[in-house]
Amino acid sequence: MIGLEKVNRIFQVGDQTVHALRDVDLRIEPSEYLTIMGPSGSGKSTLLHIIGLLDRPTSGRYLLEGRDVTHLTDQEQAQVRRRRIGFVFQFFHLVPRLSAAQNIELPLVLAGVPARERSGKVRQTVQAFGLAERSEHRPGQLSGGQRQRVAIARATIMEPSAILADEPTGNLDRATGQEVLDLLENLNRRGIALLVVTHDPEIGRRASRHIRLVDGRIVEDRRNST
Amino acid sequence: MTFSDLVSFTLAALRGYKLRSGLTLLAMAIGVGAVILLTALAEGARRYVEGEFSSLGKNLLIILPGRSETKGGPPPLLGETPRDLTLDDALSLKRMSAVAKVAPLSFGTAPVSWGSRDREIPILGTTAEMLEVRHLKMASGRFLPDTDPHRALPVCVIGSKVKDQLLGGRSPLGEWIRIGDRRFQVIGMLSSRGRSLGLDVDDMVVIPVASALMLFNSPSLFRVMVEARAHEEIPAAKRQILEELRHRHDGEDDITVITQDAVLSTFNKIFEALTLSVGGIAAISLLVAGILIMNVLLVSVTERTGEIGILKALGASQRKIQMLFLTEAICLAVAGGFLGLGAGEAGVWALQTIYPSFPVTPPAWSPPAAMALALAAGAFFGAMPASRAARLDPVAALSRR
Ligand SMILES: Nc1ncnc2c1ncn2[C@@H]1O[C@H](COP(=O)(O)OP(=O)(O)OP(=O)(O)O)[C@@H](O)[C@H]1O
Ligand SMILES: [Mg+2]
Repeated sequence: MIGLEKVNRIFQVGDQTVHALRDVDLRIEPSEYLTIMGPSGSGKSTLLHIIGLLDRPTSGRYLLEGRDVTHLTDQEQAQVRRRRIGFVFQFFHLVPRLSAAQNIELPLVLAGVPARERSGKVRQTVQAFGLAERSEHRPGQLSGGQRQRVAIARATIMEPSAILADEPTGNLDRATGQEVLDLLENLNRRGIALLVVTHDPEIGRRASRHIRLVDGRIVEDRRNST
Repeated sequence: MTFSDLVSFTLAALRGYKLRSGLTLLAMAIGVGAVILLTALAEGARRYVEGEFSSLGKNLLIILPGRSETKGGPPPLLGETPRDLTLDDALSLKRMSAVAKVAPLSFGTAPVSWGSRDREIPILGTTAEMLEVRHLKMASGRFLPDTDPHRALPVCVIGSKVKDQLLGGRSPLGEWIRIGDRRFQVIGMLSSRGRSLGLDVDDMVVIPVASALMLFNSPSLFRVMVEARAHEEIPAAKRQILEELRHRHDGEDDITVITQDAVLSTFNKIFEALTLSVGGIAAISLLVAGILIMNVLLVSVTERTGEIGILKALGASQRKIQMLFLTEAICLAVAGGFLGLGAGEAGVWALQTIYPSFPVTPPAWSPPAAMALALAAGAFFGAMPASRAARLDPVAALSRR
């Protein structure tokens, strides 16, 4: 479903060049559960941003669901992000002035879904993520675990084919992190590809596949037998 | 994104910084209000002058001695000493086919006395036709008799102020007053109509033109007022008057004919220019308001960098982000504009209430033009912050927290 071919990402900062990704080749099947680990600065987030079309490779090719998306226009990229990709971040990244329900609704609003069709879907999602009591609360009034649940609900409401999570449990205590991971794994079991960047080896062991980045290069690609 | 979602998203964002939005709204409102109020004042001045002119009488042509090079327009301030414009010149115009009425005017001041009271008062010498030419009204008695204009009858018609000052509360009719060294019997009193284009009918004594010429000891008229038979005949009347008087003055073009139309259109042009420039000056405040909008948006783009990153990650294109911020600018401009519209109209209403005689009214173009300018300023000054927001790198925007 996701295919990266010889992807490089080079940042130019002043007269310094940072080679964040080097010749990355990666194929990910639909509904795969993949963790990405590696030392800080090894390019994990950069890889996720490129897969999520928030960033473009300096060189190389990116195929998503059989379509070359390396050189799409901004509009086309935005549409792919909207329909095929869900992001979950370490710092939740909710819009502070919007309620939980409104945050969850946001992708539908941006996609131009009329209000009538939205409300049912939002209610259903809020229920499914156990946020019914909290739906009118602002992010500032929610706990970290609740915020991340809102973020995951928001990432799934467009029914994407892949969820990209950058250290989704990094800001949560172990128990809450576990709950959040359960949520994500549940989604994966329903057929959504799940890519998780993490520093937690425990998570690495749970995933069906595990890759390790060092210095922008994939140095390990291991499939766990379940 | 549907339109109503766009607007409600924008309004929610604006509510996030109420004070800043409110102040910008105020600035925009002041700008639009100022345009409306100032153009209303200038338009009021125009209407006032126009009203004065039409109260002068209809289809009016005014003949003055002396040649003016300008076609139409106000009379020349300087010029060679002209040949006299005589009473016979004036009366000859009655034969012209396009001319309906002729009122010769002689004007000056003279001491007027009754008993022991006396005052220097403007004296107008004219004929019976003046009543209709200038649309004068009588309060009591009658106007000058319709007899041979060459007869210097000892009768007069007085204004209400003259009556109050000289005769006090008593009825003036039949009283004899002294003007210069002649005695005149009061036969009527003019209805008070206030000032009418430089002529205060309240403070004036009207006597037969022949008496006035004798009083001022001059054969020359001050003006001749002519009423054309119809509006379409004004040019014909002007031509005939010029021809007849040239003929009578041995081929010399030594008079000036001004038509009310020409004077009015000159005044109108002046006042329209005035209205436009006053509106333009007020529009500068719209520009300032536009710059304020830009400032508010720039601050908001900086503050909401994270949000912009989120929106992009959730699938908002650059164009959509741009539209969101542009909509914010336009919402501020339009809301401020409507506030200003209300404030401007309220100001106009207040002025109308305080000065009912002064026709303060915004010209029809001014409210829509002010709104359009406000909108344009919003869009123009919103464009830069909006495209700055649109170009933000989503990864960088998200990494800031
Ligand atoms: N916008 C940028 N400009 C310059 N250099 C960048 C930029 N983004 C990332 N880098 C560099 O690219 C390299 C990879 O960064 P990346 O954020 O992908 O690392 P990471 O593996 O996610 O690290 P961490 O575990 O700390 O999140 C780093 O050396 C980083 O400094
Ligand atoms: Mg990272």
